[in-house]
Amino acid sequence: MTEVERQPHPAGQVTPESHAQGAALAAPGTLDATVEAGLEVKVRSQWSYARSRFFRHRLAMGSLIVLIIVFGAGALANYVAPYSFSQIDLTNILAAPSSQHWFGTDEIGRDEFSRVIYGIRTSEEVGIFVAILSSWIGLIVGAIAGYYGGWMDNLLMRITDLTLTLPFLAILLVASALLGQGSQWRVSIILALLLWTTLARIVRGLFLSLREKEYVEAAKAAGAGDTRIMFRHILPNTLGPIIVNGTLAVATAILIEAALSFLGFGIKPPTPSLGVLVAGGQTNPQQWWLTIFPGLMIVLIVLCINFVGDGLRDALDPTQRRVRA
Amino acid sequence: MLTYITRRVLYSIPVLIVSTFLSFTFVSLAGNPTAAIRANPRFSQQTLENVIRQNHLNDSIPVRYWYWLQDVFTHKLGKSLLTFQPIWPDITRTLGHTAQVIILSESLAIILGVTVGIFSAIRQYSVFDYLFTSVSFLGFAMPTFWLALLLQILFVDIYLKWNVRIFYTSGLNSPGQGTWSLDRLQHIALPVMTLAIISFAVYSRYMRASMLDVINTDYVRTARAKGLPEWRVILGHVCRNALIPIVTIAALNFGALLGGAIITETVFTLDGIGFYFVQKLQNADLYAVMAYLLVTSIIIIVFNLIADILYGFLDPRIRYD
Repeated sequence: MTEVERQPHPAGQVTPESHAQGAALAAPGTLDATVEAGLEVKVRSQWSYARSRFFRHRLAMGSLIVLIIVFGAGALANYVAPYSFSQIDLTNILAAPSSQHWFGTDEIGRDEFSRVIYGIRTSEEVGIFVAILSSWIGLIVGAIAGYYGGWMDNLLMRITDLTLTLPFLAILLVASALLGQGSQWRVSIILALLLWTTLARIVRGLFLSLREKEYVEAAKAAGAGDTRIMFRHILPNTLGPIIVNGTLAVATAILIEAALSFLGFGIKPPTPSLGVLVAGGQTNPQQWWLTIFPGLMIVLIVLCINFVGDGLRDALDPTQRRVRA
Repeated sequence: MLTYITRRVLYSIPVLIVSTFLSFTFVSLAGNPTAAIRANPRFSQQTLENVIRQNHLNDSIPVRYWYWLQDVFTHKLGKSLLTFQPIWPDITRTLGHTAQVIILSESLAIILGVTVGIFSAIRQYSVFDYLFTSVSFLGFAMPTFWLALLLQILFVDIYLKWNVRIFYTSGLNSPGQGTWSLDRLQHIALPVMTLAIISFAVYSRYMRASMLDVINTDYVRTARAKGLPEWRVILGHVCRNALIPIVTIAALNFGALLGGAIITETVFTLDGIGFYFVQKLQNADLYAVMAYLLVTSIIIIVFNLIADILYGFLDPRIRYD
């Protein structure tokens, strides 16, 4: 492939140590050799390699741009939306899409386009909040379980057993019936508390294998404490999977939130989220625009996030790239 | 093998006890089970007190859990707190309906998914491959309820425009029609389609990946080298091994879906076990919800076990001691 021809494999350029440390610099040894040979070499970090790999991934870049536009519109909903999400226009009830109301209006004449924009804002807030919170929980639990073993490891594995036996959506519904009460932030916290286990298992596995590496032994011999070893030495090597998983968690959270809200156990109607909007469309099946547009927006967002996640995986973890046969 | 199965079954008992206890606590805290009785003027204060006494509602949650556990074994999951009806007949009825839908949709999804997966793998990066790759990416990104609603809108529109009833969009039967009739098929066609499309995305993707894993192995090259025709290499040598992971996934998926095609059943108001659960949860009907959770947990455990056993049976390299 062209990428390989243009750019030497990063692992070939770095010594194990610098690679291991999250690779701040290319290895001094190879650098000196090339300088002596009279070639000008730009020092590039692992991150800059990853960045350029990602920028060359066309599908991922395109998705990222779409995602920025959609999420930007959601974040700036106050300025972007032509109407307020609650503005009632009783002369324009269930109007079909027109130049005035791009996505039509609902049963009390609210502009569907504006409601979708505000819905994106809610959904993206939920998605990003859940991704960050669940990644932090999963990271800390996984790191401690993988590094120390012991009761934390036992607990993590027993929780895994539990999640393997219980129907996930049912537990989610029970939890939100107990704690959710329709509030956006309560729903987000419940989602985060149920979604962290995937990442915890991934991080645990990585820590289990990385803690046996020579550079960890070297750090120990140099007198580094456990916390320092875990967060300065091992953690940078696990960032790739963590970032990829966190990105995909945004999509998962948006999908699950939509399903919960649709069933009436998530965010409650006055707040427009994309799931709430689709649920609202269900009562008017003949007015197709009330169902199609918010749902289409969910598909678009999730699709883009998945592509960006794939691109990040290829960029951050070149060893896991699927080789084209 | 027998010791392995016994050990797994024995191990799942404490897991079940812990998980049901946790959900019992959750559901008990989630809603007041006597609220509906209090709100209904037909019930006197005396009835309310009787209900509370008979069901030990004034005791602490662990004590009530113990009583519930006894009910599970001696009274077939007990009675509903709201309707005073036994729960067991409801569970078997709804589970039957769900099974009917799931068996149809999964068979459809597996047959189509495996076929498409095989062709995508042998014609990798062809138009066909790209087309179905896009389809499955869409399938992964599509919320189930939205897909279900789209189908509903489509067929409602067809009915209203041309007055043709191809498929019904809700319910299970027209009045006076039985379980094995064309009418039933017309009713469950849309839920079956919804679930089949979502599962198809998964199966075709897995089948393609696992075909590609096998197709580059040495023994396939040997098979080609000794002059076997290509179709025999693909069907006799590649497919057979590529299907092993699919069998596992299908078994797991089957268990998960039996326990809750919750969303699809709710959209189509299909009298299945997932819809039953949502209704009971909305009414905070503690014992009905618990019955659902227990039954589905057991189903999931059993199907996980089946997946493992099948895997060991199909792949002789796997040994369970």
